[in-house]
Amino acid sequence: MEKLISDFSVGLFFWQSLVFVALILLLRKFAWKPILNAVNAREESIENALNSAEDAKKEMANLTASNERLLNEAREERDALMKEAREMKADIVAKAKEEAKVEGEKMIAGAKEAIEMERKAAIVELKNQVAALSIDIAEKIVKGNLAADDKQKALVNELVEEVNLN
Amino acid sequence: MTKKVFKIFVLIVFSLSSLVSFASAESYGHSDTTQVKKSIREEIKETIAHHLQDSYIFEITHGVSFPLPVILWDGGLHVFSGSAFHHGEYTVESKGNFYKLYHGKIYKTDSEGHIKYDEDHHVQNEKPVDFSITKNVFVIILMSAFLLFLFSRMAKRYANNMNPGGAAKFLEPIIIFIRDDIAIPNIGKKHYKKYMSYLLTIFFFIWFLNLAGMTPLGIGVTNNIAVTFALALLTFLITQFTANKNYWGHIFWMPGVPKPMRIILAPIELLGVFIKPFALMIRLYANMTAGHIVIMSLIGLIFVFQNYFATGAFFGLTLFLSILELLVAALQAYIFTMLSALYFGAAVEEHH
Repeated sequence: MEKLISDFSVGLFFWQSLVFVALILLLRKFAWKPILNAVNAREESIENALNSAEDAKKEMANLTASNERLLNEAREERDALMKEAREMKADIVAKAKEEAKVEGEKMIAGAKEAIEMERKAAIVELKNQVAALSIDIAEKIVKGNLAADDKQKALVNELVEEVNLN
Repeated sequence: MTKKVFKIFVLIVFSLSSLVSFASAESYGHSDTTQVKKSIREEIKETIAHHLQDSYIFEITHGVSFPLPVILWDGGLHVFSGSAFHHGEYTVESKGNFYKLYHGKIYKTDSEGHIKYDEDHHVQNEKPVDFSITKNVFVIILMSAFLLFLFSRMAKRYANNMNPGGAAKFLEPIIIFIRDDIAIPNIGKKHYKKYMSYLLTIFFFIWFLNLAGMTPLGIGVTNNIAVTFALALLTFLITQFTANKNYWGHIFWMPGVPKPMRIILAPIELLGVFIKPFALMIRLYANMTAGHIVIMSLIGLIFVFQNYFATGAFFGLTLFLSILELLVAALQAYIFTMLSALYFGAAVEEHH
């Protein structure tokens, strides 16, 4: 211990303190600050890059999910539209059929009526013509037969009989 | 790639360290082959002491050296070259005063260079205030310049490129480790930023100096108590000056204990304030000094035993301990930084 104290060199202590404090100050200005700043900046940028990569990944996942959802929605909509169209088609066809049926029936009914009317008119015409013809014939016969009495009698009878028959 | 280069670098450094220390110790052994065993032991002891001591010349390897400036304050400024002492053989005259280097220390003497002793064989001569750029100071300045160069260059790379490149590939994980595993858990997210500069500087400073101490240059700076004292003092000062009310409250008026206990606890806590940085100082100093002494002693033992078996065994052991010391170099830097952070954390802890 005594030797340690007697060997203690004040000069060495002085220079060591001086040089070392100067070294700290110089290194702080020219080395440690720039180095630590650079290292910090790099670490920050790495962290930021990692974070943004993570965000991008999440966004990507979100995007994929929303795409999937949109696709599904579109598919569903398409299916609904198709179904609706099919239904509409069936409806239209059914309606058309119904209308056609009704129309046809109406036409048939009209035709039947017209036929009936024509028939009736034809019958009336026929009757009229038969009556006129009958009168004509009757006139001719009357003209021919009225010359003889017996014949007149016979004709009247015949006519009466005929009328009775009617 | 960088890892591999670093591995190779470390291997080269510490194998060189072992070999050169070995070689320098060997030269001691050879020059004194005629001497008896005891004197070899003395030589080894001196070599180790010399290795741990500060010096006024920078010795790159045995015989290759350059002088450093000696700066003394003794009623005026005295500046001269460290080589003027000629390893303590010459008395140096400066502005009418005479100085002599004796056992690594500068003493004021008369013109003849006489050293006076008291009865316990302690030197009685006056010691001038020594502000010399010694080997340790030189290494501290050099290492600081190197750290400044290394890290400011690294910082510049970030200006136009977000990714680490070059040395940053190796250093950035350490910086992030200090931030995430030392500063934030101990100080908390709210306050850690203002201590980061200190923690980073002290970690790399201690670690690099510890590693430099393992090179064959013998520049162990962290095994000097003045250096560890300066570092610990700074931790102490920062702790006290950034402390909040809560911290002082815990020292002088401990909440949650009975009142008489508070009075007893106050001096103990106050003592703790000083013991903590003191332990920091001693821990780093003792660990680094012990490591150097053990490794040097093991190499020395090769020359004590002087046979092939011992050479192999102690060389292997030295190698093993060198690897261990590499770990200790980083570990001590880590512990110093970690404990500093812990003390800062206690100083800024919020009331809970």
